[in-house]
Amino acid sequence: MSFMKAKDINEHITWKDITPGCAIFEGASSELVETGDWRTLKPVINWDKCKQCLLCAPVCPDMSIPVNADGKRGDFNYFFCKGCGICANTCPFGAIEMVKDEK
Amino acid sequence: MSYNLKENLLREERLAGGHRMCAGCGSPIAVRTVLRQVEPGDHAIVCNATGCLEVSTSVYPYTSWKGSWIHNAFENAGATLSGVETAYRALKKRGKLDDTYKFIAFGGDGGTYDIGFQSLSGAMERGHDLVYVCYDNEAYMNTGIQRSSSTPHFADTTTTPAGKVIPGKLQQKKNLTKIMVAHNVPYVAQTTFIGNFKDISEKAHKAIYTPGAAFLNVMAPCPRGWRYPTEKLMEVTKAAVETCVWPLYEVIDGKYILSYKPKNKLPVEEYLKMQGRFAHMFKPGNEWMIEEVQKEVDRNWEELLQLCGE
Amino acid sequence: MGIRERLSGNEATAYAMKQINPDVMGAFPITPSTEIPQYFAAYVDNGEVDTEFIAVESEHSAMSTCIGAEAAGCRAISATSSCGLCYMTEMLYVAASDRLPITLAVSTRALSGPININNDHSDAMGVRDTGWIQLHAETNQEMYDNYLQAMRIGEAVGLPIMVCQDGFITSHAIENIELVEDDKVKAFVGEYKPVINIMDKDHPVSVGPYAVPTYYMEAKRQQAQAMIDAKDVIRKVGKEFGEMTGRSYGLVEEYMMDDAEVAIVIMGSSAGTAKEAIQELRAEGHKVGLIKIRAFRPFPKEEIIAGLSKVKAFAVMDKADSFSALCGPIYADTCAALYTAPTRPLGINYIYGLGGRDVRVDSIKHVFAEVEKVAATGEVGETYRYLDVRE
Repeated sequence: MSFMKAKDINEHITWKDITPGCAIFEGASSELVETGDWRTLKPVINWDKCKQCLLCAPVCPDMSIPVNADGKRGDFNYFFCKGCGICANTCPFGAIEMVKDEK
Repeated sequence: MSYNLKENLLREERLAGGHRMCAGCGSPIAVRTVLRQVEPGDHAIVCNATGCLEVSTSVYPYTSWKGSWIHNAFENAGATLSGVETAYRALKKRGKLDDTYKFIAFGGDGGTYDIGFQSLSGAMERGHDLVYVCYDNEAYMNTGIQRSSSTPHFADTTTTPAGKVIPGKLQQKKNLTKIMVAHNVPYVAQTTFIGNFKDISEKAHKAIYTPGAAFLNVMAPCPRGWRYPTEKLMEVTKAAVETCVWPLYEVIDGKYILSYKPKNKLPVEEYLKMQGRFAHMFKPGNEWMIEEVQKEVDRNWEELLQLCGE
Repeated sequence: MGIRERLSGNEATAYAMKQINPDVMGAFPITPSTEIPQYFAAYVDNGEVDTEFIAVESEHSAMSTCIGAEAAGCRAISATSSCGLCYMTEMLYVAASDRLPITLAVSTRALSGPININNDHSDAMGVRDTGWIQLHAETNQEMYDNYLQAMRIGEAVGLPIMVCQDGFITSHAIENIELVEDDKVKAFVGEYKPVINIMDKDHPVSVGPYAVPTYYMEAKRQQAQAMIDAKDVIRKVGKEFGEMTGRSYGLVEEYMMDDAEVAIVIMGSSAGTAKEAIQELRAEGHKVGLIKIRAFRPFPKEEIIAGLSKVKAFAVMDKADSFSALCGPIYADTCAALYTAPTRPLGINYIYGLGGRDVRVDSIKHVFAEVEKVAATGEVGETYRYLDVRE
């Protein structure tokens, strides 16, 4: 039986090497997948306006607003952020602006 | 311990990025919030009914679940997780396991109110020590917005299109939360995303740590199916609560407790007007539809107030 | 030396379960398999096993709980019949695809409609493509023996296994039986070492993910290999069981085939009736024999070729119809197995015993007479025939 990991599994994998029942023998392998390229609008934070109230963090569907060990939010994780804009709309201080994503 | 958003956000995140849910989807917000309430050191086994959440978080070989996860089919998350929880008891009894595991099922309203209803009812009746979380987005979204028994009255879906003769869904939304209460399980709650997430976080923690079967019904809006701009999610849930369309309450050992009573209960239009699925109700001549929904909401609210002794 | 007893097939099955003491049983009552969870629940409630028993609200949920429990690293079992097996069908595919070696006892019964509680093989044949190994028993003894071998077989290849007996005919009839001592059973069956285990805290696993076309077919090919590999495992475990008990098993049993000129292929309890008919016919000088199929999945291609290559003509007895306007399921597979064989005898098909229609020695004798006619004339005539139906 094969227990290959996502980083080694691609369209060349043979039937002998594929994991049994396509079980995924690891956690969180989707972190290899960029979903940031879905974005048309991009959230940008104005740190001068941010009061670290953290109301933006729980509303993110894509775990793209990290809260660091010091209890303060960091910059967006643009690798995952799909640009839905819930955070910007939730911020009571207007500290997050949605801008056209130039890529 | 009183709720603190910062403390809560510092807890372990058990859902990973890179999932393929639509931008602005409510269900991953529900999932990550519920899973954050699992205490550090405890393991959470998640069982998923087939649906948007399941397909989008498990596209082989990419899983968005940090801990172990099992998907079986559309209609049997309740039974499948019953089996897992029973296995846990069997292994514990035989001294093969030491750690503490928590068992959490996530199903959409289709997999919960409809096709998975029997399996859910069985799991609740048997009293397995698990939590079933319904992320209720009020239609079969994964197959393209077909009506479910959770779809609200008059909503425009692809199988209840607002037509010239039939104006959307003709039936009211099924009250599943009350049906779950009727199973005499120790904990049932209805919640959604509000403010600093205190309501949903506390209810999820209680549901997970109350011994026995628990049911959590989370309104999890679908911007695609409800037809509102993705960024408005928190405005939609707030309006649902302020109009009493989706009241927040919990039932502990059969006792109803109201979680929130709006100071000024807003008219249902405030909720309906935000969403394209209700747009036809605002056309001239269709005022009766809004009036009817208002009557239904008022009746349900009054009944709930009575049950809660308010 | 084993323990001599008198048990019904259902009781013998429950007794085997008790001796194995699996981790979890999820079950739902349906005639004629109901007694199995009944007997087993009594073992549970009297503390004779420490299995966790879940009395669920449907067969669909019974198999769903088994899938959950087996994925959690447990030995999970169930029992069912007829419409119950039908209702499980969707889950049977998932169990096989997820490579979970669940063990399911089946007391075979006709399918509705019309509703009928008596025996035929329509239920087991209906789920023949689900990816489950299927063993079929002729007697109570075989049902018990097959059950004791089942987990060894399923777990070795990572496939679920169905252990079938004929509803009422063996499930409810009490026969002499030789049981294996508890300690020998424990040693023979061994401990379960799961490959898929969501309860392994150091190794998270996602079971049942979404496979796009890039991967789906590779997964299916791997699953197909497991069924191919199961043939040798069944032979090996059957031989080892023989060394322990004196009762050896393969994929098929040949009876009076050495010099047979015509033969029938049959499965389940009616093989006993057929053996009686063969003895009587042999006494009259007819060179007749039979091949009894024990493992229907994987299908015993090599054994069928080896056995039937020796005869001039054969009949396949199907206790289920496929409604294909062509033949029953065992005939279809038998012919497929023979098609590329170097020698190919002529074969006809009989659909028999549906919904509990009695199969008598004379019925089997009639079949042999017809097969002998085919052998003598070289003309098969209509191959798709019904036995003992009023015209």
